[in-house]
Amino acid sequence: MVTKEMVIEWVKAYAQVIAENEAYLTDLDRQIGDADHGANMQRGFKAVLNKLPAAEEKELSAVLKTVGMTLLSTVGGAGGPLYSTLFMKAGNVFAGKEEFGLQDWIQALEAGYTGIVTLGKAQPGDKTMLDALRPAIDALIEAEKAGESFPDALEKSSQAAHAGMLATIPLVARKGRASYLGQRSADHQDPGATSTTLLLETATKTWAKA
Amino acid sequence: MKKLINNPEDVVVEELQGIELAHGDLVKVYYDPNYITRADAPVKGKVAIVSGGGSGHEPMHGGFVGKGMLDAACPGAVFTSPTPDQMLEATKAVDGGAGVLHIVKNYTGDIMNFEMAADMARDEGIEVEAVVVDDDVAVKDSLYTAGRRGVGLTVLMEKIVGAAAEEGKSLKEVADLARKVNGQGRSMGMALTSCTVPHAGKPTFELGEDEMEIGIGIHGEPGRERLPLEPADKVTERLLEPIVEDLPFKSGDEVLLFVNGMGGTPLIELYIMYRKAVKLLEEKGIKVTRHLIGPYITSLEMAGASITLLKMDDELTKYWDAPVLTPGLRWGC
Repeated sequence: MVTKEMVIEWVKAYAQVIAENEAYLTDLDRQIGDADHGANMQRGFKAVLNKLPAAEEKELSAVLKTVGMTLLSTVGGAGGPLYSTLFMKAGNVFAGKEEFGLQDWIQALEAGYTGIVTLGKAQPGDKTMLDALRPAIDALIEAEKAGESFPDALEKSSQAAHAGMLATIPLVARKGRASYLGQRSADHQDPGATSTTLLLETATKTWAKA
Repeated sequence: MKKLINNPEDVVVEELQGIELAHGDLVKVYYDPNYITRADAPVKGKVAIVSGGGSGHEPMHGGFVGKGMLDAACPGAVFTSPTPDQMLEATKAVDGGAGVLHIVKNYTGDIMNFEMAADMARDEGIEVEAVVVDDDVAVKDSLYTAGRRGVGLTVLMEKIVGAAAEEGKSLKEVADLARKVNGQGRSMGMALTSCTVPHAGKPTFELGEDEMEIGIGIHGEPGRERLPLEPADKVTERLLEPIVEDLPFKSGDEVLLFVNGMGGTPLIELYIMYRKAVKLLEEKGIKVTRHLIGPYITSLEMAGASITLLKMDDELTKYWDAPVLTPGLRWGC
């Protein structure tokens, strides 16, 4: 089971990962966008770290809601509303719970996925964060059916996200700023799929003992 | 990277502080969340016009706040859409009881953040309408892209719609007017250089000494195609042809011709392009009745230019000519 404390650990760990990868994300976004993804995520998660201490007293779903609301008012761009939605919708699934298992995690990510699709109107193959998120969720579902443990399922999901992220390289973007480049967006890795993969990989590392 | 900045993280706030000190007679600046309103906001009984977007396009939008144009502008981080709380607070601050119009450039982030803010404002009882600007003809297949970008026409729309609101038109009339402007204006841009976003530390893309980029946007991103450098007259033709064909503009039309500098191109070059554009339009029987020349919607220090054509009529001309008093545009008062 993943506890509230482990979720907070995950968010803090991701903030660190973002700080370490800011230049990398900036560079990916420089190639097919406007070079602001690294700075935007860094600003957002730095603000999240500041808000966490006060939120830690609250229940799990409220913690995730705080993360979502903070991202909404600090990240900006398309990333802000999209990541905000991911955390808020996931948080809703955990209402009343102080810990969760694999099935709940699948539900939470599915809720986040649906929220992102509703808001951004993208689908897999458009060269977006969904191209990492969808394979990750599908891997979790398969692992759950196969009766695997939560940590093993997480490992499969982050590998699937990673593969999905790499699979964005040849894609021609159909959504977001990269789409203005048309064919020139191909042969570049999508920054959104990258930051999403990092999020899921961090979950796998942090919750290895779930 | 050579910029006249201090810490990259402080660029927007320091800019706002400069604006506040310089233009305190025209605007009021708010921080956390950041937004700029006209000094006399809220203007009771008048429809308020709110816009915003990433910083780095100055004077748009903050430079267009004041009498006869915007009531409020929300500046995001450089090239980053502002967040809903900015638009919500700005909307509340300028609401004069006659409703608020959001002018939203067609970018994924802008659309999402403005939509959220509009919903929040409506929840608080403010009537909000939103109009999307999507004048860029460089983006072809709307089905497989995020749609046409909102670029140069935004400036013209803010002026025209601002004047109508100043005259006392209703929210519906002002919104309809905005949509009318969007329906009869088209733009296309090109770049001689990229630009450097403060955080990134290096140019967003590289252009060779003898290369130019056609079909750029306003965020330093590459355009549709890269070509060998050509003289100004040929470049002007490359920008104007797709614009004219797209609407299409026809013989007998009267237009406002807007030759915009992307930030790094001097006026001397913009006037050279303007001259050619007028000639090309005359050859097509299109008469230029109004103009705007200069850096009004920029992309930091990018060298380059964009052309916007707006089909004019008596109504649009009247609103274009109406007095405006903002840091970035002023006439008639």
